[in-house]
Amino acid sequence: MSRHEPFSVARTEELVAQHLHLEGPLLPILHAVQEVFGFVPEAAVPVVASGLNVSRADVHGVVTFYEDFHQKPDGEHVVKICRAEACQSMGGEELAAHAERCLGVSFGQTSADGQVTLEKVFCLGLCATAPAAMVNGDLRGRLSRAGVEAIAREVGR
Amino acid sequence: MSVRLYLPRDAAALACGADKVAKALAAAAPGVPLIRNGSRGMLWLEPLLEVEYHGVRYGFGPVSAADVAGLVSAGILEDPAEVSHPLAIGIVAQHPFMAAQQRLTFARCGVIDPLSLDDYIEHGGYKGLERAMKLAPADIVAEVTKSGLRGRGGAGFPTGIKWKTVLDAEASQKYIVCNADEGDSGTFADRMIIEGDPFQLIEGMTIAGIAVGATRGYVYIRSEYPHAIATLTEAIHKARRLGFLGPKVYGSAHAFELEVRAGAGAYVCGEETALLESIEGKRGVVRAKPPLPAHKGLFGKPTIINNVLSLTAVPHIMAAGAEYYANYGMGRSRGTMPIQIAGNVKHGGLFEVAFGITLGELVEKIGGGTASGRPVRAVQIGGPLGAYFPPALFDTPFDYEAFTAKGGLIGHGGIVVFDDTVDMAKMARFAFDFCSIESCGKCTPCRIGSTRGKETIDRIVAGIDVEANIALVEDLSQTMKLGSLCALGGFTPYPVLSALTHFPEDFRRTAPAVAAE
Ligand SMILES: Cc1cc2nc3c(=O)[nH]c(=O)nc-3n(C[C@H](O)[C@H](O)[C@H](O)COP(=O)(O)O)c2cc1C
Ligand code: SF4
Ligand code: FES
Repeated sequence: MSRHEPFSVARTEELVAQHLHLEGPLLPILHAVQEVFGFVPEAAVPVVASGLNVSRADVHGVVTFYEDFHQKPDGEHVVKICRAEACQSMGGEELAAHAERCLGVSFGQTSADGQVTLEKVFCLGLCATAPAAMVNGDLRGRLSRAGVEAIAREVGR
Repeated sequence: MSVRLYLPRDAAALACGADKVAKALAAAAPGVPLIRNGSRGMLWLEPLLEVEYHGVRYGFGPVSAADVAGLVSAGILEDPAEVSHPLAIGIVAQHPFMAAQQRLTFARCGVIDPLSLDDYIEHGGYKGLERAMKLAPADIVAEVTKSGLRGRGGAGFPTGIKWKTVLDAEASQKYIVCNADEGDSGTFADRMIIEGDPFQLIEGMTIAGIAVGATRGYVYIRSEYPHAIATLTEAIHKARRLGFLGPKVYGSAHAFELEVRAGAGAYVCGEETALLESIEGKRGVVRAKPPLPAHKGLFGKPTIINNVLSLTAVPHIMAAGAEYYANYGMGRSRGTMPIQIAGNVKHGGLFEVAFGITLGELVEKIGGGTASGRPVRAVQIGGPLGAYFPPALFDTPFDYEAFTAKGGLIGHGGIVVFDDTVDMAKMARFAFDFCSIESCGKCTPCRIGSTRGKETIDRIVAGIDVEANIALVEDLSQTMKLGSLCALGGFTPYPVLSALTHFPEDFRRTAPAVAAE
């Protein structure tokens, strides 16, 4: 994504150094790495590992355990739709299917042109204003079919 | 002009367009003070605009940006009491949804400016800490024990007993950890109180620190809550700047430091030991107990880990006294519970009330039935690991033991309402699916059993060997109950078996209906 920096070892080292004073700095570092580069590049893993004096396998294991960290860049726009029970009770599953059609991409996928990533989430804490979604970090509640179509236009579909 | 405006910054209000309304207000009512408060919890009315006039707050909602000009020309800035407008709800505090509550923990939420320490103190904040500082640590713990407070995160373990264990542990360093992972669908009370009254959590954790001799605390907030993370981070900075956190809390000899940690999208990290692993920078894999976190918790040190609602109840308990708190409630469920009414419901929101109110009152009377207007068919209480109850069980009082007796649990107090279009076989399948996606992988029954359960439900729905496969699901559930280390694997049978018990017809659809799908 354009708002992200290209990967560099020096920048990664800097991010590690900024968090070394913390107790248990690995998750904050990985969040920072992803914030800066848009994902956690494979090449960042050994840099983080040596900065923290742990094995690459340890860092890799953490990166792969958590849903938030991904090893490939997202699309230009990220649409997350809640698939948990409260949203299901308000027709969230039909909306999710509608979103796949409108955005031309399936859940867990990034469109071939790199424009949109569609992800499922389990609960955004908006369960009394369901169905809920997050578009590039922006929250949406009481989502309707028209709302989904508006999101599609917003992300250039 | 003597009016003041309030418009929530709560995530649910933002999701329904509050920022656009704020922009429209700035244009239509320039110079009129606008405070971005937390939510009152009447979420069907969000964004709820409040106009304060002669000290009384009048509500209008749900307001969209397009409504603002009309509201202003109807006279809300002159005399909101006299305005007749379709969005007017009258005096907010007198609204039936508010008047029926017993708000202790949420008394300030939606009322004050969440990031104003002055506001917090003016509305009774830090009274609990003041009293705690005059007591010996053991007396603070005794007060919490006497209040009858039980953990609001799900397990309902007595908070005072947990604190006593940590108080009695000898160590160079102890920790207070707040569990704000709130992953259960249908729950949002932790989020609301952090966004609407963050200093109360800071005060509660500070009291906990003083009570057991811990000088550091962490609040682990799920990454799906960026607004809560931002609000609490800012509140911590303010508290530190003004001496409410740091080496000399409130000018005393006590030191207490607090830090926010963001989760990374793993439901299982709400389990207390997985959460500790996560703060330590590891995979969120559940630890075997013993040792208890109270003995060997964060970084191997004695640790109190409590839910947001447990910790935010403490300032009130300390300020008003254990007896005052314990006077609310029924049986062994003392105090109030911030109940979250969600899903397909007309009046969804946060309703804090003494234990003992019935499920039916909450769903039908307070919640007003379904949003769709169709009959209620099922409600799931206590999140994805909670049971589905039919209306036949609506006389169950909200109480830990009463729910257990009916094969359910109250968990973190979330209620998700479904109308008669719900397919309970689908919901049972989802429970297995959720478990298989979120499993930490440590136990075979949880990791593999959940996948097998999902496949078996698929066969049932397809009409293949229905009765034999239902027996298989029951068997599998038994194995998961007995062979799982934590409640993710161990409680997934609750939604599954309650769906099978109370809605058997959904698992025995005739073959043609299946083929038509
Ligand atoms: C899979 C799983 C998820 C959990 N999620 C949460 C959660 O999000 N928030 C929470 O406070 N407790 C959660 N718990 C319960 C915690 O393990 C623990 O009981 C709680 O944090 C203790 O605090 P309390 O005594 O104040 O309730 C979860 C438990 C399990 C097994
Ligand atoms: S029950 Fe599931 S989530 Fe819990 S410890 Fe076992 S594998 Fe992990
Ligand atoms: S279930 Fe979708 S926001 Fe909570």
